[in-house]
Amino acid sequence: MPHTPERPRRIRVQRDGPLLVEGPVEVVDENGRITVSHRFVVAVCTCRRTRTPPWCDTSHRRRTKRDETS
Amino acid sequence: MSDVRLPEPRGPFSAALTDLMRGSESAAPPPPADPYGDDLQLALYVLYELHYLGFAGVPDDLEWDPRLLALRAALEDRFLGALRADVPVEASGTAGQALDALQLEPVGDDGGSLSYFLRDHGTLEQFREYAALRSLYHLKEADPHAWVIPRLRGRAKAAMVAVEFDEFGAGRADQIHARLFADLMTDLDLDTAYGRYVDAAPAEALATVNMMSLFGLHRALRGALVGHFATVEVTSSPASRRLAEALGRMGAGEAAVRFYTEHVEADAVHEQVVRHDVVAGLLADEPSLEADVVFGIRATGLLEDRLAARLLADWRAGRNALRTGRIIPATVGTRP
Repeated sequence: MPHTPERPRRIRVQRDGPLLVEGPVEVVDENGRITVSHRFVVAVCTCRRTRTPPWCDTSHRRRTKRDETS
Repeated sequence: MSDVRLPEPRGPFSAALTDLMRGSESAAPPPPADPYGDDLQLALYVLYELHYLGFAGVPDDLEWDPRLLALRAALEDRFLGALRADVPVEASGTAGQALDALQLEPVGDDGGSLSYFLRDHGTLEQFREYAALRSLYHLKEADPHAWVIPRLRGRAKAAMVAVEFDEFGAGRADQIHARLFADLMTDLDLDTAYGRYVDAAPAEALATVNMMSLFGLHRALRGALVGHFATVEVTSSPASRRLAEALGRMGAGEAAVRFYTEHVEADAVHEQVVRHDVVAGLLADEPSLEADVVFGIRATGLLEDRLAARLLADWRAGRNALRTGRIIPATVGTRP
């Protein structure tokens, strides 16, 4: 959903997952490097394990042995 | 008029069906007994294709021919009945729990995963076979799921359309995921013509695509379609990472690797949107569909596991996994 002057941009916060920000988004890192995503929603990594920073690549997931139900 | 060639029949039923589609008046035999077998899955695949791009020499209006629809219903009864029997959905399990279970990443290769096998042991030839088989879906990526849109309302609909918009290139034809997959196929020296590898696909591969069409075409199965779609989005990102690594190791070209790296990032987003808004939105509107969402999740797991078992058994035994034999060796996509 696009943000408008009347409707603030929404960010969804989760304890075990990325920050979900309505796109498009520019992220500026500590060195001033800018990364842009034009997706309608952008998942920003918060666990710092992603290999595609600043975006989530699902590396936050718990790892386990596969059990018989999966 | 379509330029897709009708596949070769795989038994008496699919033979009678393709004859019927070419204009014969003969009656079809009773549906094949094996719900997962070649004859039934190929017949169902051909019937479903009438709703996508059709076939050369087959009139477009056969899509709604009552005789063909009756045959399709008989095949669907067998297939859906087998899926319902093989993935019993206990009353207690929620869709959220079923999706959580999918998110637990195995610590390492458990021996049953295609993406782990291809990353760690696969050859370029095996990856080309994998891509040829997956092309049955990826050349119409996200099409079977578009049918659910008019069956959704409000939050679920808005979110579903947003994800589909991304799948269809967000307004840019060269970014349609089906197009990105065709670019991958070109990099791997595969034929990108729609339907080209149907004859090569074992029944286990046809079944994964038939399930999507079955869930997509029936409003009554909208819950299962949403569960299936959520499963695809939740499992895609880490598997795509491994497949990108596999192609990198094999020295495949940039477009081939790009298809999967795009899916690592896109599906990390889609997973969140599908869980929070499509699944939760649908179940807020229609709580009674929860068991069907779980069914869609489990049925997808069952058919993907069956396909993986089939391909891995062939590859580990040094066999070719395609019914049509070896694809002509790649001349591009490899680097010395």
